[in-house]
Amino acid sequence: MQIDCDIHPFVPNTAALFPYMPEHWREMSVVRGIDDLHSASYPDNTPLTARADWRPASGRPATTAETIARECLDPFGSSIAICNPLYGVQTLFSEDLAYAYVRALNDWTRAQFLDPEPRLRASIVVSLDNIEMAVAEIERCAPDQRSVQILLLVGTAHPLGRRQYWPIYEAAVKHSLPVALHAGTDFRNAPTALGWPSYYLEDYFANAQAFQYQLTSFFAEGVFNKFPTLKLVLLESGWTWVPPLVWRITKYWAGLRMEVPWTDRSPAEIVRDQVRFSLQPVDGPTDPDQIRRLIDHLGSDQLLLFSTDYPHAQFEGMEMFPAGFDESLRAIIRRDAPLATYTRLAGAAA
Amino acid sequence: MSTEKLTGIADCDIHPTVRTMAELEPWLSRQWIEHFRTYGALRNTQYVSGAPYHKSQPNASRRDAYPPEGGPQGSSLAFLRTQLLDQHSIGFGILNPLVQAQGVRNLAHSAALCRALNHWQAETWVANEPRLRASIVVPYEDPEASAEEIRHWAGNAAFVQVLLLSRTSFPTGNKRYWPIFGAAVEAGLPVGIHAFGNSGWPVSNVGWPSFYLEEMVGHAQTSQSGLVSLVVEGVFERWPALKVVLIESGFTWAPSLMWRLDHAFRTLRSEVPHLKLLPSEYVRRNVWWTSQPLDEPENKRYLADMFNWLGWDKIMFSSDYPHWDFDDPARVIAFPASDEDRRKFFIGNARHVYGA
Repeated sequence: MQIDCDIHPFVPNTAALFPYMPEHWREMSVVRGIDDLHSASYPDNTPLTARADWRPASGRPATTAETIARECLDPFGSSIAICNPLYGVQTLFSEDLAYAYVRALNDWTRAQFLDPEPRLRASIVVSLDNIEMAVAEIERCAPDQRSVQILLLVGTAHPLGRRQYWPIYEAAVKHSLPVALHAGTDFRNAPTALGWPSYYLEDYFANAQAFQYQLTSFFAEGVFNKFPTLKLVLLESGWTWVPPLVWRITKYWAGLRMEVPWTDRSPAEIVRDQVRFSLQPVDGPTDPDQIRRLIDHLGSDQLLLFSTDYPHAQFEGMEMFPAGFDESLRAIIRRDAPLATYTRLAGAAA
Repeated sequence: MSTEKLTGIADCDIHPTVRTMAELEPWLSRQWIEHFRTYGALRNTQYVSGAPYHKSQPNASRRDAYPPEGGPQGSSLAFLRTQLLDQHSIGFGILNPLVQAQGVRNLAHSAALCRALNHWQAETWVANEPRLRASIVVPYEDPEASAEEIRHWAGNAAFVQVLLLSRTSFPTGNKRYWPIFGAAVEAGLPVGIHAFGNSGWPVSNVGWPSFYLEEMVGHAQTSQSGLVSLVVEGVFERWPALKVVLIESGFTWAPSLMWRLDHAFRTLRSEVPHLKLLPSEYVRRNVWWTSQPLDEPENKRYLADMFNWLGWDKIMFSSDYPHWDFDDPARVIAFPASDEDRRKFFIGNARHVYGA
């Protein structure tokens, strides 16, 4: 059994979502010319957004369940895959317009992917400008057991550990849904803490800094202490930066614990207990000995979750494990760690 | 494993400070003196004095570092000699003053303050203590004035590097800053980039965090963004001889950054055809790091991996005196290391980078 924890169905255009939208918002979109909300986090034609062999002759990749089954589920042999739609609905400033699109996106994913393809599951997409509406959307989607987690973008207006976001984590725990942060931003802040860089390469790289800031925020604000059963999943985050970040937080936690007296476990313990990372992209060395040392630095064999990041281009061919991962660890990453993270998949595994 | 007692250690990050800003007045015009007294030095931040995140202790400095004659920690050469240089066998120390001068919004005021601060370093510190060298502080948001400041002091043996702060208002490799790198290379000086500054942006790319702890941890991520910008904009392609020293930003993240950047570069290289080498090759050729604050993994030997992967020739000891998170050279390497590697780390690398 293998669970692919990060694949991306693509929305062709806003018209594809219109059937899932009340008449008022459909008309509003047509009148105002809201044709597309594709996020600048993944511009269509960059080599990263779609691997060459998964890029259709025209239009966007991964727009149908059949395509995903043929290009991803069948060849990689995954029994389950989790759809994380990255259409830029979170960037809309009007809360009402945003939630018309958020709801339509979640319903589109269910109708177009989960219904026709029993191997697919989905994350619940929410926008963060209105937390009450986010919680309402989680409540609306959670009864469908094929909704297996809550999806946020890593780039946000405020660090996600802050208490204004805690109702989302409360809802997550209530429904046994992990909270995932995926690469990408709602553009409420510049891509880097030094402003807007010149190149897309820098935009994409800046996700790595955002993941580090967010993990630090979750730790410092005490989210893991308040919600000890919450699972935080970082998707398309890379993972070789994790040990050095944990060591640095530990350094300052030792000196500044007076600021965060609620932190009841060390950063390393908290990551082992409650934080998981998708396998791709592997931001690591090619030397298998170094890979083995890095896995040792992570301090647990339960932290990595199998992912292809389909149709993004992160690896060539079929091999997404670099040398250095032994067979028993690969089995944990493919099956055991995802099942332990996504309790809603337990039925599917039986 | 021998632990040879080293003397003549190089400390690559020492913070002298003024007792009051009036100490700079001998090198400021009447107009700037009056201006400062009336309006202060405007920065991209909320308080007239001090930092957006309150430090863990006054002046972010050791409580035992107040000079006996009074004044803030780091304001007395006599006491710094005793408490730092003599006690820890420091034979070569680099001054990085974090006095309000860089990042001042009124660019002419920033330039005047930087010029005064450079005089103050050279004439009241280095001239009186042969173990110390200074950094040319420049008003980096005015790159042309910065280049002029570098040319003004070029060849003066009191100065061994150009100092920037990490929180620039545009990504650090942006073309607007290139006059600074050009002038530094022409003067034969490394560019040191020290954590802190006020960019005008939130301290993280996901907004303002709540805690000083997060700001301190986040200096690593901000420096990562600055380094990526230097590489991707092609600063090291344009100036192959440029030496950049990242100060107080951590370094254990560097191997991961190089793997990740190479990985992304292989996919997106068509966007940056001006880069002729792999990103990691520029980093390995052009960048050095100072050691403080050294991370604290559960297993100290993990740090040995990081020193080995980045290279013992790339990391230089720094104490950060008199700041509270000071690293003691006698205790900083808490894992087995060869005498040869320790000599590079404590002495040799700084001699190579700074020509000491």
